[in-house]
Amino acid sequence: MDIRLSGISHSYDGFEVLRDITLDIPSGKIVCIVGPTGCGKSTLLRLIGGLERPAKGSVLQLGLPAEDCLNPLTYVFQDFALLPWRSVAGNISLVLEDHGMKKSAITEIVNNVLARTKLTEFARALPKQLSGGMKQRVAIARALAVKPAVMLMDEPLSALDSQTRELLMSDLVKLWTQQPFTAVYVTHNLDEAVRMGHSIVVLSRCPGKIREIIHLEKPLAERSYGDGELQFRQKYLWNLMRDEALAADAELVNV
Amino acid sequence: MSDVEETEIARQVAFRGGGFAPKPYRWIGLAVFVMLISLAELGTQNGFISPLTLPKPSDVFLKFRELYETGLLRKHLEPSLTRLAVGGALGATIGIAVGVLIGLFSYIRAGLVPLVAAIFPIPKIALLPLFVIWFGIDEASKYALIAFGTFTPTVVATYGAVDNVDRNLIRMAQSFGLSWKSIVRKIILPGAMPGILSGLRISLAIAIILLVAAEMLGAEYGIGAYILEAGSLYDLDRLFAGVVMLSLLGVLLSAVIGGIERYVLRWRT
Ligand SMILES: Nc1ncnc2c1ncn2[C@@H]1O[C@H](COP(=O)(O)OP(=O)(O)O)[C@@H](O)[C@H]1O
Ligand SMILES: [Mg+2]
Repeated sequence: MDIRLSGISHSYDGFEVLRDITLDIPSGKIVCIVGPTGCGKSTLLRLIGGLERPAKGSVLQLGLPAEDCLNPLTYVFQDFALLPWRSVAGNISLVLEDHGMKKSAITEIVNNVLARTKLTEFARALPKQLSGGMKQRVAIARALAVKPAVMLMDEPLSALDSQTRELLMSDLVKLWTQQPFTAVYVTHNLDEAVRMGHSIVVLSRCPGKIREIIHLEKPLAERSYGDGELQFRQKYLWNLMRDEALAADAELVNV
Repeated sequence: MSDVEETEIARQVAFRGGGFAPKPYRWIGLAVFVMLISLAELGTQNGFISPLTLPKPSDVFLKFRELYETGLLRKHLEPSLTRLAVGGALGATIGIAVGVLIGLFSYIRAGLVPLVAAIFPIPKIALLPLFVIWFGIDEASKYALIAFGTFTPTVVATYGAVDNVDRNLIRMAQSFGLSWKSIVRKIILPGAMPGILSGLRISLAIAIILLVAAEMLGAEYGIGAYILEAGSLYDLDRLFAGVVMLSLLGVLLSAVIGGIERYVLRWRT
C-alpha cells in the first residue's frame, strides 16, 4: 500500500502551517521528513494518519493493505503514549483487544512482538519501571503488533539520550531488514535522517513547503555511525536548513 | 598544589537542597495523640484543668467500656454505619456516574455544571425538612440527605478528573482504532481514578458530618443522637465518648480509602 499526498495545505485559525505538500510514500521504504521546529511536521503526520482533516488537498491510500493488517496507519509517538496502569504486555494487548480475537491469538502476537523487540523478560513490568529507551521499544512493539501498512513515527527517538538513540536506531534498521516496513519518519535530527531514510524530505520554515527531496541509495544495513558519505549528505542538509533554523530561532513563538 | 591550598581559603559548599518531599512518619501522628491525651489526663488528675473544662480521658475511656459492655455502643453504631454506608454509597455512585457523563458529553456538561455549582454551596442540612416531607421521617430521608451531600463534591471531583486524563493517550487510542467504549473503559476511567479517589476522601468526610447532623435532628439511636443527648445534659464524658467514635470513624474511612488507593493506583510513581 502506498500513500499519496496531493496538494495538502493546512492552517490553524488563519495561521498557515503547511502549503501545497505533494509527496508519494512508496511501500517498503522509509521516508524521513526533516525541518525546523514548528514547520508543521507533526501536523503533516496527523493529516496522513487521519487524526486531522487537511484544509486543502487529500491523502490517498493507493492499493489495499495486507489481509492480516489490523491498523493500516499506525503511529509511534515521541512521548511513547503508554498507559501507566498497564504492564508492557498489557499495553500491547490493548490495541489488539478490539478486533474480536481469541485470547490465545492475542497472547501469541504479543509474545511475538516482544521477542522481536527483545522485551520478553519485561512483559510484566509497568512503564514506570522502564527507561526511556525501553518505553519507546514497547511503543514500537505495540505498533508492530497491529501489522501496520505504514508506520507514522513522530520524532520517535527525540526524547532519548544519544547513546540510547544510537542503539534504537540500529534496532529499527534490523527490524526493517528482517521485514521491510513502510514508514514516515519525522525528525529534526539530521543524523537520524541520513541513517534511517531511503529518501529525505526537507521542509522549509513556517508555512512548511517541500524545499527538496534527496534520495539515499546506500542500503540501511550498511549505514553506520560516522560514515563519510552520510556525513557529506548530512552537511549538505545542514547547509540547506541553517538559514531557516536561524530565522526560526529568532522568531516569536506563535502559540 | 599544596601552596595553593595554603594560600587560598577552602570552604565546604553549603548544602541548600532537600525538603519539599513528604515522607511517611506514621509514629509521629500517634505520638501527637498520645502526648495530647496524657497532657489532658495529667492536667485533670492534679486539678490544673477543671473537670468542667475537659473530661478526664480515663473517664471517657471508662464510659466507652461501659457503652460497649451494656451493648449500647452497638445499638448506636449500627444504625449510624448503615446510614453512612447506604447514603454514602448512593451519593458516591451517582456522583461518579454523573461526573463521568459531564466529562464525556458537552451537552450534559453545559446543562449540569451550572446546576451543580448552584447546589454545591447549599448547606445540605438546611434541606432536611424538605427531605423529611419527601421521604418521610424514617431512614429514607437520612439516606437522601447523606447521599445528596456526598453527591456534589463527588461530581465536581469526577469531571475534573476526567478532564485531566492525558489527551495524548486518547489520541493514541484513536490512532489504533479503539472503539469509543474501549477508550472510556480502558483509558478515561483508569486515568481519572486518582482524582476520583481523592474526591471521595472529601465526600466521605462530608458524609460523616451530615450523618451526625441528620441524627441530631431526629433519631432515637445513632452517634449523633447520642452526642446530642449527652450535650443537652452537659455530660462531657459521654459527649467526648461520642466525639471519639466520630474521629475513629473518620480515621477508619481515610485508612480504607488509602488502602484502596495503594491497591488501585499502584502503577503511579
Ligand atoms: N492544534 C493546534 N492548534 C493551533 N495551532 C497548532 C496546533 N498544532 C500545531 N499548531 C501550530 O502549528 C505549527 C506547526 O506545529 P507542529 O506541526 O507541531 O510542528 P513541528 O512538529 O514541525 O515542530 C506550530 O506553529 C504550532 O504552534
Ligand atoms: Mg512535532
